[in-house]
Amino acid sequence: MSLLRYESQVRPALVEGGKDYHQVTEDICRPVEAKPSKLWWIGFLISVALLIFGIISVTVEVIYGTGQWNLNKTIGWGWDITNFVWWVGIGHAGTLISAILLLFRQGWRTGVNRAAEAMTIFAVMCAGQFPIWHMGRVWNAFFVLPYPNTRGPLWVNFNSPLLWDVFAISTYFTVSLLFWYSGLLPDLATLRDRAKKKWRKMFYGVAAFGWTGSTKHWQRHEALSLVLAGLSTPLVLSVHTIVSFDFATSVVPGWHTTIFPPYFVAGAVFSGFAMVQTLLVITRKVLGLQEYITIEHINVMNKVIVLTGSIVGIAYLTELFMAWYSAVPYENFAFFENRLNLNSPYGWSYWIMMGCNVLSPQIFWFKKMRTNLTVTFFMSILVNIGMWFERFVIIVTSVYRDYLPSAWSTYYTPTIWEIGFYLGTFGLFFTCYFLFSKFFPVIAIAEIKHILKRSGENYKENMGVIDKESVDQFAAEQLHDHH
Amino acid sequence: MAVKKFITGSFYDEEVLFPAVKKIRRAGYKIHDVFTPFPIHGLDKAMGLRDTSLHTAGFIYGITGTATAVGFITWALTIDWQINFGGKPFFSLPAWIPIIFELTVLFAAVGMVLTFCYLCQLAPFVKKDHFNLRSTDDTFLMALECTDKTIEADAISFLESIGAVEVGVQYKETGWWLGRYDNDKKRFEKNVETAH
Repeated sequence: MSLLRYESQVRPALVEGGKDYHQVTEDICRPVEAKPSKLWWIGFLISVALLIFGIISVTVEVIYGTGQWNLNKTIGWGWDITNFVWWVGIGHAGTLISAILLLFRQGWRTGVNRAAEAMTIFAVMCAGQFPIWHMGRVWNAFFVLPYPNTRGPLWVNFNSPLLWDVFAISTYFTVSLLFWYSGLLPDLATLRDRAKKKWRKMFYGVAAFGWTGSTKHWQRHEALSLVLAGLSTPLVLSVHTIVSFDFATSVVPGWHTTIFPPYFVAGAVFSGFAMVQTLLVITRKVLGLQEYITIEHINVMNKVIVLTGSIVGIAYLTELFMAWYSAVPYENFAFFENRLNLNSPYGWSYWIMMGCNVLSPQIFWFKKMRTNLTVTFFMSILVNIGMWFERFVIIVTSVYRDYLPSAWSTYYTPTIWEIGFYLGTFGLFFTCYFLFSKFFPVIAIAEIKHILKRSGENYKENMGVIDKESVDQFAAEQLHDHH
Repeated sequence: MAVKKFITGSFYDEEVLFPAVKKIRRAGYKIHDVFTPFPIHGLDKAMGLRDTSLHTAGFIYGITGTATAVGFITWALTIDWQINFGGKPFFSLPAWIPIIFELTVLFAAVGMVLTFCYLCQLAPFVKKDHFNLRSTDDTFLMALECTDKTIEADAISFLESIGAVEVGVQYKETGWWLGRYDNDKKRFEKNVETAH
């Protein structure tokens, strides 16, 4: 046992069950190579059905216009942009796991990064739908691009946060896709080289780009991953910062706050980790990957959830304090009447948000709760509901009653087509995820092998000897010094 | 196309591979490549490969993105079509920072990935031979390139003596899909002496 690979016994093993390199390949490739289970088909078909419902809803909206939605005079964004911000936020956890934890050299990311990155890409795809179809005349969507046109050329407004969003989201999607796919290449090559059926050889042959595992290629691949991680880290922070600018640069009470960028980013990571939990608690069970996505992984992610949930909680309290401290009547009204007051029309949504995002994650201070799968799954759903309501609260309660009582809107409830559109993006998301989990390895095979001899259960056991020796030596030295 | 001869040996453990690479180089054999299922830190150094300049390329692409964004927005909003947004100056740089940043990242990322694919000659429908299908699973394959001076039996026995298994001779057609033999030497810091 080489001392170079020594890892403290305090850290639990990240790969359980005494694996060697070949077993890792076998275990992770098995779900890809086996026939899909009945459960997979049921899930997949439900997702496709939702997707079809979504397509119908959007078609209705395109034909008859955004009037098919219940948006009104002051609530111009409603469910649509709520869903947009929610989905973008969910994407953030994938980048956090794959990029930021790579820079911090966190070994546990290897078990979950592939699925989380895939989740990012699908979530951003879903998010993108909302502003696009919200345009109403969607055939003019390309107007948001700065291209030479016959209207002047009249350029897009580069000073507008809405245009920043166009650039931020499209860059985020592109970079995430490149990062994810470049990481997939070696694993696709593994699948290609194991393939026996002709179509498999073809499919993975094309998808693997001719990857060989040459040392020079690996050297470049490592350099590429590191720089992409370095680029993605500020990128992911910028994306939700810019999304928050959509609100913060306005003069609407409840939106016009400087706390928004960090508060949105923390909220995004919070909801994203919840979605990762939702997906992985099921994925590890259905695909039999419990030895790779261990309870320890779940535990660590729950710690992130309690941390970010508490940051979000502090942000909520800070907002309330600032509203009171500013002594601006409009701010006070937005926070203490429109939101905090349970008897006001939308007071209920504020308290759902508070309960799901701030109070409920506090149970994760207890290790017993963090390592309980049922609690984790239930909590992940609660957090996702809570974070959806956070965006709903921000969007709806701020604008439905702001400055002039004569401009106050009527009570807003979504139509079936608004709900259908939202459900449709769930369909899109899960259809993509089911296909991904069937045709691609959901765990980064090469990266697991890379940490195997350091964090594998069987290898760690041998390190116990080193630990024992060094403790004895330390004790001896201490005794020696005292005499 | 010309056919080249390679002597290949597999290793099951990277802790055997490392000293083997050193011994092979010391003995003067020319390592064509080592194929591994996952990145092994330090193997590139052990093989004498020079550092990659991909980072530098990424920096240049990033700067290009920055310059493109600053240049284009400045031109569009101050020269080509000035619009008065709430009395603010036409050249309002702080408001452009988000887009300048996004384009910097976009150019750097896209540029680097394309450069990576070009340098490694990776693309859909590219077929390459890497001697042993298990080298994407659990074996580390070392391929030695035979020159006129190489004595096959010596090389095989030397490989076996340093811990290689499944040692054999393989003939491969040279071509772009096997790696670029014409610039082979450029990949090494110093020209490796070939003897035997």
